[in-house]
Amino acid sequence: MEIEKAILAVITTNQSRISGGAPIFICDSSDELQKMAANLEAITDGIAHALSDELFIIVKH
Amino acid sequence: MNEYIYPIVFGVIAGTVARMIMLRTDYRQYPTYLHGKVIHLALGFIAAALGAVAVPAILEMEFTAVTFLTVAATQFREVRNMERNTLTEIDDFELVPRGKTYIEGIAISFESRNYLVILTGFVSTLFYILWNVYAAIIGAILSLIISKLFQSGSTIKEIVEIDHHPLHFEGAGLYVDNIYIMNIGLKERQEEILKYGMGFVLTPKNMNSITTIANLGQRQAILHDISVSLGVIRDSGTPALTPLIKRDLDDGRIGIFILPQVKDIEKAKKIIGAVPVLENAIRMPSQSKIHNKEAK
Repeated sequence: MEIEKAILAVITTNQSRISGGAPIFICDSSDELQKMAANLEAITDGIAHALSDELFIIVKH
Repeated sequence: MNEYIYPIVFGVIAGTVARMIMLRTDYRQYPTYLHGKVIHLALGFIAAALGAVAVPAILEMEFTAVTFLTVAATQFREVRNMERNTLTEIDDFELVPRGKTYIEGIAISFESRNYLVILTGFVSTLFYILWNVYAAIIGAILSLIISKLFQSGSTIKEIVEIDHHPLHFEGAGLYVDNIYIMNIGLKERQEEILKYGMGFVLTPKNMNSITTIANLGQRQAILHDISVSLGVIRDSGTPALTPLIKRDLDDGRIGIFILPQVKDIEKAKKIIGAVPVLENAIRMPSQSKIHNKEAK
Protein backbone atom coordinates (compact mmCIF):
# COMPACT_ATOMS: atom_id res chain seq x y z
CA MET A 1 0.00 0.00 0.00
CA GLU A 2 1.20 3.44 -0.89
CA ILE A 3 0.99 6.08 1.80
CA GLU A 4 -0.44 9.16 0.17
CA LYS A 5 -0.72 11.57 3.05
CA ALA A 6 2.06 12.42 5.43
CA ILE A 7 2.49 14.78 8.37
CA LEU A 8 5.47 16.90 7.39
CA ALA A 9 5.68 19.02 10.51
CA VAL A 10 4.02 19.65 13.84
CA ILE A 11 3.78 23.19 15.21
CA THR A 12 2.68 23.81 18.76
CA THR A 13 2.72 26.24 21.64
CA ASN A 14 2.27 23.49 24.19
CA GLN A 15 5.41 21.38 24.29
CA SER A 16 4.10 19.00 26.93
CA ARG A 17 1.47 17.46 24.68
CA ILE A 18 3.57 16.18 21.81
CA SER A 19 6.54 13.96 21.13
CA GLY A 20 8.31 12.01 18.43
CA GLY A 21 7.58 11.43 14.73
CA ALA A 22 7.57 14.43 12.43
CA PRO A 23 9.74 17.51 12.94
CA ILE A 24 8.31 19.54 15.79
CA PHE A 25 8.38 23.34 15.93
CA ILE A 26 7.70 24.95 19.27
CA CYS A 27 6.39 28.50 19.36
CA ASP A 28 5.83 30.97 22.18
CA SER A 29 2.59 32.58 21.09
CA SER A 30 -0.33 31.80 18.83
CA ASP A 31 0.79 34.69 16.58
CA GLU A 32 4.13 33.05 16.10
CA LEU A 33 2.36 29.73 15.55
CA GLN A 34 0.29 31.22 12.71
CA LYS A 35 3.35 32.74 11.07
CA MET A 36 5.39 29.59 11.44
CA ALA A 37 2.55 27.49 10.00
CA ALA A 38 2.09 29.89 7.07
CA ASN A 39 5.79 29.72 6.25
CA LEU A 40 5.97 25.96 6.55
CA GLU A 41 2.85 25.61 4.43
CA ALA A 42 4.41 27.66 1.66
CA ILE A 43 7.76 25.91 1.86
CA THR A 44 6.51 22.34 1.97
CA ASP A 45 3.56 22.75 -0.44
CA GLY A 46 1.40 21.18 2.25
CA ILE A 47 -1.73 22.34 4.02
CA ALA A 48 -1.72 23.71 7.56
CA HIS A 49 -4.47 21.98 9.52
CA ALA A 50 -5.52 23.06 13.00
CA LEU A 51 -6.10 20.23 15.46
CA SER A 52 -6.64 22.72 18.26
CA ASP A 53 -5.72 26.33 18.90
CA GLU A 54 -2.30 25.33 20.13
CA LEU A 55 -1.53 22.46 17.76
CA PHE A 56 -1.12 22.67 13.98
CA ILE A 57 0.10 20.05 11.57
CA ILE A 58 1.36 20.44 8.02
CA VAL A 59 0.04 17.63 5.84
CA LYS A 60 1.10 16.69 2.35
CA HIS A 61 -1.97 15.56 0.41
CA MET B 1 -16.04 7.40 -65.48
CA ASN B 2 -17.53 4.88 -63.20
CA GLU B 3 -21.24 5.03 -62.34
CA TYR B 4 -20.38 5.03 -58.63
CA ILE B 5 -18.13 8.09 -58.65
CA TYR B 6 -20.84 10.67 -57.90
CA PRO B 7 -22.54 8.66 -55.14
CA ILE B 8 -19.20 8.00 -53.46
CA VAL B 9 -18.09 11.61 -53.72
CA PHE B 10 -21.44 12.69 -52.32
CA GLY B 11 -21.17 10.21 -49.43
CA VAL B 12 -17.64 11.33 -48.60
CA ILE B 13 -18.63 14.99 -48.62
CA ALA B 14 -21.72 14.35 -46.48
CA GLY B 15 -19.66 12.34 -43.97
CA THR B 16 -16.94 14.95 -43.75
CA VAL B 17 -19.50 17.70 -43.27
CA ALA B 18 -21.05 15.60 -40.49
CA ARG B 19 -17.66 15.38 -38.78
CA MET B 20 -17.19 19.15 -39.11
CA ILE B 21 -20.54 19.80 -37.50
CA MET B 22 -19.84 17.39 -34.66
CA LEU B 23 -16.36 18.80 -34.13
CA ARG B 24 -17.59 22.30 -33.46
CA THR B 25 -19.14 21.53 -30.10
CA ASP B 26 -16.00 19.84 -28.91
CA TYR B 27 -14.46 23.19 -28.08
CA ARG B 28 -15.46 23.46 -24.47
CA GLN B 29 -14.62 19.88 -23.67
CA TYR B 30 -11.39 19.78 -25.53
CA PRO B 31 -10.04 22.88 -27.18
CA THR B 32 -8.40 21.44 -30.23
CA TYR B 33 -7.13 24.28 -32.31
CA LEU B 34 -6.02 24.08 -35.88
CA HIS B 35 -3.75 21.08 -35.67
CA GLY B 36 -6.05 19.03 -33.49
CA LYS B 37 -8.93 19.87 -35.79
CA VAL B 38 -6.99 18.85 -38.89
CA ILE B 39 -6.36 15.43 -37.35
CA HIS B 40 -10.02 14.84 -36.70
CA LEU B 41 -11.19 16.20 -40.03
CA ALA B 42 -8.73 13.94 -41.81
CA LEU B 43 -9.91 10.93 -39.84
CA GLY B 44 -13.51 11.96 -40.48
CA PHE B 45 -12.73 12.08 -44.20
CA ILE B 46 -11.31 8.55 -44.05
CA ALA B 47 -14.34 7.35 -42.10
CA ALA B 48 -16.71 8.95 -44.62
CA ALA B 49 -14.80 7.34 -47.50
CA LEU B 50 -15.03 3.92 -45.84
CA GLY B 51 -18.76 4.26 -45.34
CA ALA B 52 -19.33 5.48 -48.87
CA VAL B 53 -17.20 2.82 -50.58
CA ALA B 54 -18.91 0.00 -48.68
CA VAL B 55 -22.13 0.44 -50.68
CA PRO B 56 -20.74 -0.15 -54.20
CA ALA B 57 -18.71 -3.02 -52.78
CA ILE B 58 -21.88 -4.75 -51.64
CA LEU B 59 -23.71 -3.97 -54.87
CA GLU B 60 -20.88 -5.47 -56.90
CA MET B 61 -21.13 -8.65 -54.81
CA GLU B 62 -17.66 -8.02 -53.41
CA PHE B 63 -18.64 -9.11 -49.93
CA THR B 64 -15.10 -9.62 -48.72
CA ALA B 65 -14.47 -5.94 -49.32
CA VAL B 66 -16.80 -5.17 -46.45
CA THR B 67 -14.30 -6.71 -44.06
CA PHE B 68 -12.25 -3.55 -44.35
CA LEU B 69 -14.83 -2.01 -42.05
CA THR B 70 -13.23 -4.07 -39.30
CA VAL B 71 -9.95 -2.36 -40.13
CA ALA B 72 -11.81 0.89 -39.69
CA ALA B 73 -13.01 -0.19 -36.26
CA THR B 74 -9.45 -0.91 -35.18
CA GLN B 75 -8.34 2.39 -36.61
CA PHE B 76 -10.91 4.37 -34.67
CA ARG B 77 -10.25 2.52 -31.45
CA GLU B 78 -6.78 3.87 -31.95
CA VAL B 79 -8.27 7.37 -32.12
CA ARG B 80 -9.77 6.76 -28.72
CA ASN B 81 -6.41 5.64 -27.36
CA MET B 82 -4.72 8.66 -28.86
CA GLU B 83 -7.17 11.09 -27.27
CA ARG B 84 -7.01 9.30 -23.95
CA ASN B 85 -3.22 9.33 -23.89
CA THR B 86 -2.91 12.99 -24.89
CA LEU B 87 -5.48 14.15 -22.36
CA THR B 88 -4.04 12.01 -19.57
CA GLU B 89 -0.56 13.36 -20.27
CA ILE B 90 -1.60 17.00 -20.11
CA ASP B 91 -4.00 16.45 -17.20
CA ASP B 92 -1.10 16.56 -14.74
CA PHE B 93 -0.47 20.13 -15.73
CA GLU B 94 -4.01 21.38 -15.32
CA LEU B 95 -4.61 23.50 -12.23
CA VAL B 96 -7.86 21.61 -11.80
CA PRO B 97 -7.53 18.25 -13.60
CA ARG B 98 -10.30 16.80 -15.75
CA GLY B 99 -10.10 13.43 -14.09
CA LYS B 100 -9.97 10.01 -15.71
CA THR B 101 -13.72 9.57 -16.08
CA TYR B 102 -14.11 12.80 -17.99
CA ILE B 103 -11.17 11.96 -20.24
CA GLU B 104 -12.62 8.54 -20.96
CA GLY B 105 -15.93 10.18 -21.83
CA ILE B 106 -14.26 12.56 -24.28
CA ALA B 107 -12.20 9.74 -25.83
CA ILE B 108 -15.28 7.56 -26.29
CA SER B 109 -17.17 10.35 -28.01
CA PHE B 110 -14.28 10.90 -30.42
CA GLU B 111 -14.42 7.24 -31.40
CA SER B 112 -18.18 7.02 -31.67
CA ARG B 113 -18.39 10.15 -33.79
CA ASN B 114 -16.28 8.49 -36.42
CA TYR B 115 -18.78 5.64 -36.58
CA LEU B 116 -21.59 8.15 -36.99
CA VAL B 117 -19.60 9.59 -39.89
CA ILE B 118 -19.36 6.12 -41.45
CA LEU B 119 -23.12 5.82 -41.07
CA THR B 120 -23.67 9.18 -42.76
CA GLY B 121 -21.37 8.25 -45.64
CA PHE B 122 -23.03 4.86 -46.02
CA VAL B 123 -26.61 6.13 -45.96
CA SER B 124 -25.93 9.02 -48.34
CA THR B 125 -24.21 6.82 -50.93
CA LEU B 126 -26.83 4.09 -50.62
CA PHE B 127 -29.71 6.51 -51.16
CA TYR B 128 -27.92 8.11 -54.09
CA ILE B 129 -27.44 4.77 -55.82
CA LEU B 130 -30.90 3.40 -55.01
CA TRP B 131 -32.84 6.54 -55.87
CA ASN B 132 -31.32 9.88 -56.76
CA VAL B 133 -29.37 12.82 -55.42
CA TYR B 134 -32.40 14.34 -53.67
CA ALA B 135 -33.05 11.18 -51.69
CA ALA B 136 -29.36 11.21 -50.81
CA ILE B 137 -29.58 14.75 -49.49
CA ILE B 138 -32.56 13.77 -47.33
CA GLY B 139 -30.66 10.70 -46.13
CA ALA B 140 -27.63 12.81 -45.26
CA ILE B 141 -29.77 15.26 -43.31
CA LEU B 142 -31.48 12.41 -41.46
CA SER B 143 -28.10 10.94 -40.49
CA LEU B 144 -26.95 14.36 -39.33
CA ILE B 145 -30.00 14.62 -37.11
CA ILE B 146 -29.34 11.15 -35.70
CA SER B 147 -25.71 12.11 -35.10
CA LYS B 148 -26.81 15.25 -33.27
CA LEU B 149 -29.16 13.21 -31.10
CA PHE B 150 -26.42 10.79 -30.15
CA GLN B 151 -24.03 13.59 -29.53
CA SER B 152 -25.99 15.46 -26.89
CA GLY B 153 -26.17 13.65 -23.58
CA SER B 154 -27.94 14.96 -20.51
CA THR B 155 -26.58 17.70 -18.29
CA ILE B 156 -26.29 18.11 -14.54
CA LYS B 157 -29.24 20.51 -14.24
CA GLU B 158 -31.56 17.73 -15.38
CA ILE B 159 -30.69 15.51 -12.44
CA VAL B 160 -30.08 17.93 -9.55
CA GLU B 161 -31.26 21.18 -7.97
CA ILE B 162 -28.49 23.76 -7.69
CA ASP B 163 -28.47 26.18 -4.74
CA HIS B 164 -25.96 28.76 -3.66
CA HIS B 165 -24.86 28.59 -0.03
CA PRO B 166 -22.27 30.90 1.53
CA LEU B 167 -19.13 29.32 2.93
CA HIS B 168 -18.56 29.37 6.66
CA PHE B 169 -16.05 28.11 9.19
CA GLU B 170 -16.71 26.20 12.36
CA GLY B 171 -13.38 26.35 14.14
CA ALA B 172 -10.91 25.29 11.47
CA GLY B 173 -13.50 23.30 9.50
CA LEU B 174 -14.77 24.76 6.24
CA TYR B 175 -18.43 24.07 5.55
CA VAL B 176 -20.87 24.55 2.68
CA ASP B 177 -24.30 24.47 4.31
CA ASN B 178 -23.82 21.51 6.68
CA ILE B 179 -21.36 19.65 4.46
CA TYR B 180 -17.81 19.49 5.75
CA ILE B 181 -15.22 20.34 3.11
CA MET B 182 -11.80 20.49 4.78
CA ASN B 183 -9.72 21.71 7.67
CA ILE B 184 -7.96 25.04 7.11
CA GLY B 185 -5.66 25.97 9.97
CA LEU B 186 -4.31 29.41 9.11
CA LYS B 187 -6.44 32.48 9.86
CA GLU B 188 -4.98 34.25 6.85
CA ARG B 189 -5.93 31.36 4.55
CA GLN B 190 -9.42 31.21 6.05
CA GLU B 191 -9.98 34.88 5.25
CA GLU B 192 -8.75 34.31 1.70
CA ILE B 193 -11.16 31.45 1.26
CA LEU B 194 -14.11 33.41 2.58
CA LYS B 195 -13.17 36.29 0.30
CA TYR B 196 -12.68 34.37 -2.94
CA GLY B 197 -14.60 31.16 -2.42
CA MET B 198 -18.14 30.25 -3.31
CA GLY B 199 -20.29 27.37 -2.14
CA PHE B 200 -23.02 25.44 -3.91
CA VAL B 201 -25.14 22.51 -2.89
CA LEU B 202 -26.48 20.05 -5.44
CA THR B 203 -29.57 18.18 -4.31
CA PRO B 204 -30.24 15.04 -6.35
CA LYS B 205 -33.73 14.71 -7.77
CA ASN B 206 -33.95 10.93 -7.46
CA MET B 207 -32.02 7.90 -6.27
CA ASN B 208 -30.33 7.41 -9.64
CA SER B 209 -28.79 10.83 -9.55
CA ILE B 210 -27.60 10.32 -5.96
CA THR B 211 -25.22 7.62 -7.18
CA THR B 212 -24.34 9.46 -10.36
CA ILE B 213 -23.21 12.69 -8.73
CA ALA B 214 -21.45 10.77 -5.97
CA ASN B 215 -19.06 9.43 -8.62
CA LEU B 216 -15.64 10.97 -8.06
CA GLY B 217 -15.06 11.37 -11.78
CA GLN B 218 -18.34 13.24 -12.19
CA ARG B 219 -17.44 15.51 -9.31
CA GLN B 220 -14.02 16.24 -10.78
CA ALA B 221 -15.66 17.02 -14.12
CA ILE B 222 -17.88 19.62 -12.42
CA LEU B 223 -14.87 21.23 -10.76
CA HIS B 224 -12.92 21.22 -14.01
CA ASP B 225 -15.70 22.80 -16.04
CA ILE B 226 -16.28 25.54 -13.48
CA SER B 227 -12.57 26.29 -13.30
CA VAL B 228 -12.30 26.45 -17.08
CA SER B 229 -15.27 28.76 -17.45
CA LEU B 230 -14.91 31.02 -14.41
CA GLY B 231 -11.18 30.81 -13.80
CA VAL B 232 -9.60 29.53 -10.63
CA ILE B 233 -7.72 31.26 -7.83
CA ARG B 234 -4.89 28.89 -7.10
CA ASP B 235 -1.37 28.06 -8.11
CA SER B 236 0.97 25.12 -7.94
CA GLY B 237 2.16 24.74 -4.36
CA THR B 238 -1.02 26.10 -2.78
CA PRO B 239 -2.86 22.90 -1.96
CA ALA B 240 -5.00 24.74 0.60
CA LEU B 241 -6.66 26.57 -2.29
CA THR B 242 -8.11 23.53 -3.99
CA PRO B 243 -11.70 23.45 -5.22
CA LEU B 244 -13.36 20.44 -3.64
CA ILE B 245 -16.64 18.57 -3.65
CA LYS B 246 -17.73 16.59 -0.63
CA ARG B 247 -20.80 14.52 -0.02
CA ASP B 248 -23.42 14.55 2.68
CA LEU B 249 -23.58 10.92 3.70
CA ASP B 250 -27.09 11.30 5.08
CA ASP B 251 -28.94 12.28 1.94
CA GLY B 252 -26.43 12.20 -0.91
CA ARG B 253 -26.37 15.94 -1.51
CA ILE B 254 -22.99 17.24 -2.59
CA GLY B 255 -21.33 20.44 -1.47
CA ILE B 256 -19.18 22.27 -3.99
CA PHE B 257 -16.43 24.59 -2.86
CA ILE B 258 -14.89 26.62 -5.68
CA LEU B 259 -12.51 29.53 -6.01
CA PRO B 260 -13.59 31.30 -9.19
CA GLN B 261 -12.02 34.43 -10.57
CA VAL B 262 -15.40 35.62 -11.77
CA LYS B 263 -17.62 35.62 -8.68
CA ASP B 264 -21.03 35.56 -10.31
CA ILE B 265 -23.62 33.31 -8.68
CA GLU B 266 -25.99 33.10 -11.64
CA LYS B 267 -23.24 32.35 -14.13
CA ALA B 268 -21.77 29.71 -11.83
CA LYS B 269 -25.17 28.04 -11.46
CA LYS B 270 -25.59 27.95 -15.23
CA ILE B 271 -22.14 26.50 -15.73
CA ILE B 272 -22.67 23.80 -13.12
CA GLY B 273 -26.00 23.02 -14.75
CA ALA B 274 -24.40 22.67 -18.17
CA VAL B 275 -21.75 20.15 -17.07
CA PRO B 276 -22.37 16.93 -19.00
CA VAL B 277 -23.48 13.87 -17.08
CA LEU B 278 -20.63 11.47 -17.80
CA GLU B 279 -21.70 8.22 -19.40
CA ASN B 280 -19.33 6.31 -17.15
CA ALA B 281 -20.82 7.86 -14.03
CA ILE B 282 -24.45 7.06 -14.77
CA ARG B 283 -25.92 4.43 -12.46
CA MET B 284 -29.47 3.15 -12.51
CA PRO B 285 -30.24 1.58 -9.17
CA SER B 286 -33.93 2.10 -9.93
CA GLN B 287 -33.55 -0.46 -12.73
CA SER B 288 -32.30 -3.12 -10.34
CA LYS B 289 -34.71 -6.06 -10.23
CA ILE B 290 -34.10 -6.86 -6.60
CA HIS B 291 -34.62 -3.28 -5.59
CA ASN B 292 -37.90 -3.07 -7.45
CA LYS B 293 -39.10 -6.32 -5.95
CA GLU B 294 -38.53 -4.97 -2.46
CA ALA B 295 -40.17 -1.70 -3.33
CA LYS B 296 -43.36 -3.50 -4.27
